Amino acid sequence: MFDPSIIWASVLNGLTTGAIYALIALGLTLIYGVLHIVNFAHGSALMVAMYGVYFLFVKAHVDPYMALPLMIAAMFAFGYLLQRVVIARAARGNEQSVLLVTLGISIVLTNLALFAFKSDTNTIDTPYSLQTVDILGAAIALPKVVAFFGALAVAALLLVLINWTSLGRAIRAVSREQRGARVVGIDVERIYALSFGIGLACLGAAACFLLPAYYVNPQVGDDFVLIAFTIVVLGGMGSFMGALWGGLIIGVVESLGGLWFGDSLGQMGIFLLFVAVLAFRPQGMFGRKGA
Amino acid sequence: MKLQHTVIAVVAVLGAFALAPVVISSGFLLSLLIMVLLTTLMAQAWNILGGFGGQLSFGHAAFFGTGAYAMAILQVHAGLNAWLALVLALAASAILGAVIGGLAFRYGLRGSYFSLVTLAIAELLRILANAVPFTGAGVGIQLPLHASLSSLQFADKTGYLYFLLAFVAIGFALSLWLRHSRFGAYLLATRDSESSAQALGINVQRIKLLATAISAFLMGVAGVFYVQYFQYIDPGIAYGTAFSVQALVAAVIGGTATVFGPLLGALALQILGELTRNLMGGAPGVSLVIYGALLVLMVMFFPRGVAGVLKKR
Repeated sequence: MFDPSIIWASVLNGLTTGAIYALIALGLTLIYGVLHIVNFAHGSALMVAMYGVYFLFVKAHVDPYMALPLMIAAMFAFGYLLQRVVIARAARGNEQSVLLVTLGISIVLTNLALFAFKSDTNTIDTPYSLQTVDILGAAIALPKVVAFFGALAVAALLLVLINWTSLGRAIRAVSREQRGARVVGIDVERIYALSFGIGLACLGAAACFLLPAYYVNPQVGDDFVLIAFTIVVLGGMGSFMGALWGGLIIGVVESLGGLWFGDSLGQMGIFLLFVAVLAFRPQGMFGRKGA
Repeated sequence: MKLQHTVIAVVAVLGAFALAPVVISSGFLLSLLIMVLLTTLMAQAWNILGGFGGQLSFGHAAFFGTGAYAMAILQVHAGLNAWLALVLALAASAILGAVIGGLAFRYGLRGSYFSLVTLAIAELLRILANAVPFTGAGVGIQLPLHASLSSLQFADKTGYLYFLLAFVAIGFALSLWLRHSRFGAYLLATRDSESSAQALGINVQRIKLLATAISAFLMGVAGVFYVQYFQYIDPGIAYGTAFSVQALVAAVIGGTATVFGPLLGALALQILGELTRNLMGGAPGVSLVIYGALLVLMVMFFPRGVAGVLKKR
C-alpha cells in the first residue's frame, strides 16, 4: 500500500480541489434552489470566467487574485443579463424549455471559445505558481492553499448574504414559496436574475482561485460540470451546507480514487457515484425526503 | 393531417430520396444527402423518447456509440459477418436503452434528473471506451474495407444512401405508428401527465422503458451506419457530445412529436452547416455555435419547431 504521507498529501490536495468544487456547486445549488433550473450552462460559464482571468493576466498583467472583485462583478452582470434577456423569456413556466435553453447556451459558449481560442490548453505563470507550503509533512502548492481558504471565505460570504441580509431573506422567500413572495411585494423576476447573477459570480471567484494552479481550454468546464452536478445531487438539490460538504467529500474521493485506481478510473468513480446517488438517494445526503 | 395523407407524403419523400442518386451524379450532393439522412435518423430516434415521450436525453451518444462499437468489434475482433454483427449491435443498443430506461424510471428520475443521468452515462461510457483494451482505447478501431453487399460496405455512395434510407423509412414508420396507435397515445398521455396516465391504468414505467429501448435501437442504427460508412470509430466520436447534440437539436428545431420534424430539422442543420462551412471555412466549433444558437432561438420564439411554423400557416 501507499506511504501514509502520500495519502495525507492526497487528502490535502483533495480538500483544496474540493473547496473549489464546493464554490462551483454553491452557485449551481443557489440557481436550482431559487429558480428550480438545472443550469446546464454552468460549466461553460466557468470556462468563460477562466478565460477572463487568463486574458486579464496575459494582456493586462492583472494578478488572478487582484482580478477577484472585477471577475465577481463581471460574472454577476453576465449572469444577471443571461437570465433577464434569454432564460426568463424562454421559460414561460416550462421546465423543458429552460433545460434546452441552458444546454443551447452551453453549446454556444463552448464552441465560440473553441472557434476563438482553438483547443489549445493555456496556463499562466505567476511568481508563486510553483511555491509550496509544508502542512504536517506534506508539500502543497501555494495557489492550492490560497484557493482552499479563498473558496471557503467566498462561500462564507455567500452564506452571510443569504442568511443575514434583506436580499438574502427575499431570495430565501422566493425559493420557498414563489407565489407568497410575490404577494408580499417581492419582485420575483428581479430575485431570479439576481440569484442567477450571484450563482455565476461564484464561478468568477472560482476561476480566480483555479487559474494559478490549473489550465484553461474551451472544454475545461466539462471537467467541472458533472462533478458539480454530482455534488449538488449528493448534497441535496438546493442545500447550501450539502453543496459545501459534498464538494469537500468529492474532492477527497477523487484524489484518493486517482491515487489507487489511476486518473481515468478515479473519474469514472465519480460518475458511478453520481448515477448511484441519483438512483438511490435523489434527495441527497442532506436533503429532505420528497424534497 | 389524416393518416392516409401523411402516409402518402412520407412515401413521396422517401421516393424522392430513392430517386436522387439516379438524377444526381455529384458526389458532394450525395454526401450531403447522406448526412441529412443520418441526422434525420438520429433525430427520429431522439424524437421517440424526447418528443413523444417527453424525456429529454442529453446523452443519446450512449446508444450511437454502443451500436458503433459493437458493430466494429464484432466484425474486426470476432470476425462475424456484417449482417449478423448488425443484428447484434442493434440488439446491444436497444438493451442498453432498456437498462438505462429501466433503472432511471424505476427510481422515478424525470425532467432534469433524467437529462443529467443520460449525460453522465454517455460520459461514463466515453471514459470507459478510452480505458479498456478491446475498444482500441484512444486509438480507436479501423474497419477494413471490403466493398460488397455481404459485408454491408459499398463501392459508391448510392449503396450507403439506400442502406440509410431503409432505416429512415423504419424511423418514419415508427413515428407514424406512435401518432396513430394505442401505444403512442399511452406515451403521449404519460408525457403530458404521468399521474393522470397512471390513474387511467397505463403502466407508465413499461411505456417509457419501451420508448427508450426503441429510441436506443434507432440511434444504434446511426452508429452502425457511421462505422460502415467511415470505417473508423474512437471514443470521442462514439460517446462525445457532438451526436447527442445533433440528435437533440435537429429533433427540437424540426418540431418534437411530429412525423416530419426530424427530417425538417436535419435539413435545416445540414444546410446551415454547409453554408457556414462555405462562409467561414472549416473552422472548428462554428457549426456547433450555429446549432446551439438555433436551439436557443427556436425554443424562445418557435417552441413547436419548423413543423409547427409550417402547420400554423
